[in-house]
Amino acid sequence: MLQVISLLVENKPGALMRVTGLLSARGYNIESLTVARTLDPALSRMTIAVDVEAKQRPQLIKQMNKLINVLQATDLTDAPSVTRELLLLRVRAAMESRTAILKEAEIFGARVVDSSVEGYALEVTSDSEKIDEFIDVMRSYGEIDVTRSGTVAVSLESRKLRLSSPVPAAAKSVSDEGILTTSDPTRSPREW
Amino acid sequence: MSSLMSGARMLLECLTREGVDAMFGYPGGVTLPLYDAMYDHPLRHILVRHEQNAAFAAEGYARATGRVGVCCATSGPGATNLTTGLVDAMMDSIPVVAITGQVSTKLIGSDAFQEADTFGISRSCTKHNFLVKTLGDLPQAVHEAFYIASTGRPGPVLVDIPKDVFQAQGHYAPVSAIHLPGYKVHTDGHAGQIRRAAQMMWEAERPFVYAGGGIVASGAAAELRELVETLDAPAVCTLMGLGSLPATHPNFISMPGMHGSYAANMGMSEADLLIALGVRFDDRVTGRLAAFAPQAKVIHVDIDPAEIGKNRAPDLPIVGDARRVLAKLNKILAELAPAQAGIHAGARRAWWGRIRRWQSEHPLTPEFCSTEIKPQHLMAEIDRISGGKAIVAADVGQHQMWAAQFVRFLEPRLWINSGGLGAMGFGLPAAIGAQVARPDKLVFAILGDGGFQMSIPELSTIASYGLPVKIVVMNNGYLGMVRQWQELFYNNRLCAVTMDCFPEAEKLAAAYGFKGRSIHSPAVLADALREAVEEPGPYLLNVQVSPVENVYPMVPAGGAINEMVLGPPKPVPAAAK
Repeated sequence: MLQVISLLVENKPGALMRVTGLLSARGYNIESLTVARTLDPALSRMTIAVDVEAKQRPQLIKQMNKLINVLQATDLTDAPSVTRELLLLRVRAAMESRTAILKEAEIFGARVVDSSVEGYALEVTSDSEKIDEFIDVMRSYGEIDVTRSGTVAVSLESRKLRLSSPVPAAAKSVSDEGILTTSDPTRSPREW
Repeated sequence: MSSLMSGARMLLECLTREGVDAMFGYPGGVTLPLYDAMYDHPLRHILVRHEQNAAFAAEGYARATGRVGVCCATSGPGATNLTTGLVDAMMDSIPVVAITGQVSTKLIGSDAFQEADTFGISRSCTKHNFLVKTLGDLPQAVHEAFYIASTGRPGPVLVDIPKDVFQAQGHYAPVSAIHLPGYKVHTDGHAGQIRRAAQMMWEAERPFVYAGGGIVASGAAAELRELVETLDAPAVCTLMGLGSLPATHPNFISMPGMHGSYAANMGMSEADLLIALGVRFDDRVTGRLAAFAPQAKVIHVDIDPAEIGKNRAPDLPIVGDARRVLAKLNKILAELAPAQAGIHAGARRAWWGRIRRWQSEHPLTPEFCSTEIKPQHLMAEIDRISGGKAIVAADVGQHQMWAAQFVRFLEPRLWINSGGLGAMGFGLPAAIGAQVARPDKLVFAILGDGGFQMSIPELSTIASYGLPVKIVVMNNGYLGMVRQWQELFYNNRLCAVTMDCFPEAEKLAAAYGFKGRSIHSPAVLADALREAVEEPGPYLLNVQVSPVENVYPMVPAGGAINEMVLGPPKPVPAAAK
């Protein structure tokens, strides 16, 4: 079944690769993945829909949490949350079906974003199931072309972000100046 | 405090601050600036003969000491050659920092000479990795690398440094703090869980301790011993945990798993409480998971939350550092002892009775033969001469299993082997790393004739640095473990397992300037080993053993661990009660 995971990730090079690499390395199929920066430009929010057996879901969250750049991994599958997907759809429409298409679009809350003699371009935001249905309905009117954004989700609960505090770095140094110039007689081979 | 220096010098300063006293490496084009800075720097560099062995040697250093092992390679082929060692360190949770050179930042992505996507390639081989694109980021990245490698569940970290970053001049300011907000290390176990665990331990009638590499990594050998003695519970150490309980301890029931002892596997299978400490329920230990320890409740202590419930769902999980958790646990066990100890005295006595019976029914006893050297005999002799104190670095295969069965260790960090990855070629370079780290120690490299030849160039490193490693090749003329599987599971259709050419050991060693010898008679084995050990320098002892001996007991792949094949010729399933 599909698991919806929300990740708060440090916006660092390779962060996306680490997430997708982990999923593929552990044999999970990504259904969709969206990523964009948050209010804090140093952080990104990823929403991942991934095909996982129900009992493996906690394991996947734990693996995500092990990634150094992941600040928070949340399983939204059964949590109070809103998930949405954006669909952009072009439908070729004959003159006689144009009105019917607009009616259907209205039912699904879709907006017309372009209209031409060939047909319409429509935009709809909904949950993934409704989008599937809308695509089926539109297919019945003629040739279609679709682009889906993938799922984005927001949790309806506020979750405390637990972050690690700074720790002192290694403090050993052989010279106060930080410059080492001694040559070591033990460098040559056959020293033992 | 700040002074102008090159990126290369800055890296060396960071390594010094981390306490690095040796680095295993191989230079190349883009690391020239680094090696130039090393020219008048005291950091000890050990020049290996292949980058893969730099990584294995760094692991050997880390496994023998618990400190971070450091290896270094150039861009492209240098970096790709490191990867097997990094995966090995990842699988066995060994702290290693790998420094790789990269082509200059302006050339990255242009398919430049010796360019490889090291950052991408090493993503899946490491706990974390860095590509340092500006000099200003270098000290932070290096210190973060050491911090990540050595804390929590240890592992390898790679720092990829472009040539122009090595060459750039900058002001060095020591890094005062590491801030990795997303890096969560859980060290202290949950107090309530620990108390519940102690209660469960006293309430169990058939407790069984299953201790692994986490005990070694956290330095919890003393705490483990106290726990085992307080409970008077039988205990096994996994392949990664050997030595964490002294092998001579009366409660120690050898190693469990595919080639574990009968008593260890029966004990696991019949226990009503499995106390799993720093282990990951690896398939080589559990056999068929559904049939593993079917009657047992499981207490699982591990520092990595993702190990909890990954393979076996525990009844009581404790996430934390084994040493800290066990210290608290021991305290509570002692508190509860007056009221609890002895409540199941009868059941516990009966449990020990069964364990001792399993031990005497099918003990691990070395085979002896008057005409040829049995591999088990070889291991028993090494055990005798080591007295539980020598470092033994093994390669991968039959000899590794026999060594694990018959060479006893009184302390952790003496047994060094590639457990999770099973990387052939590991043994010799790992012994080099261990000997560099512990010049005071007797170090054996126990290798098969296959694995030895994978790393044979390192004889040159051993000679060049005069490392007194005692190389013992258990030579059966086969890739023995593969041959064993072909014999048992592929109708003895032996394919590509014959090693019918092996260099003459005496001449081979002499070619590198040290002593060597080949033996095949059991009568001379003990003397030959003594001669090797008494030699002040390195020694290559090629021991011709029985060619078609198999490792037993054996749990066939996919079998339950109480369904052991105990010996040739016909597989006889063990009577499971």
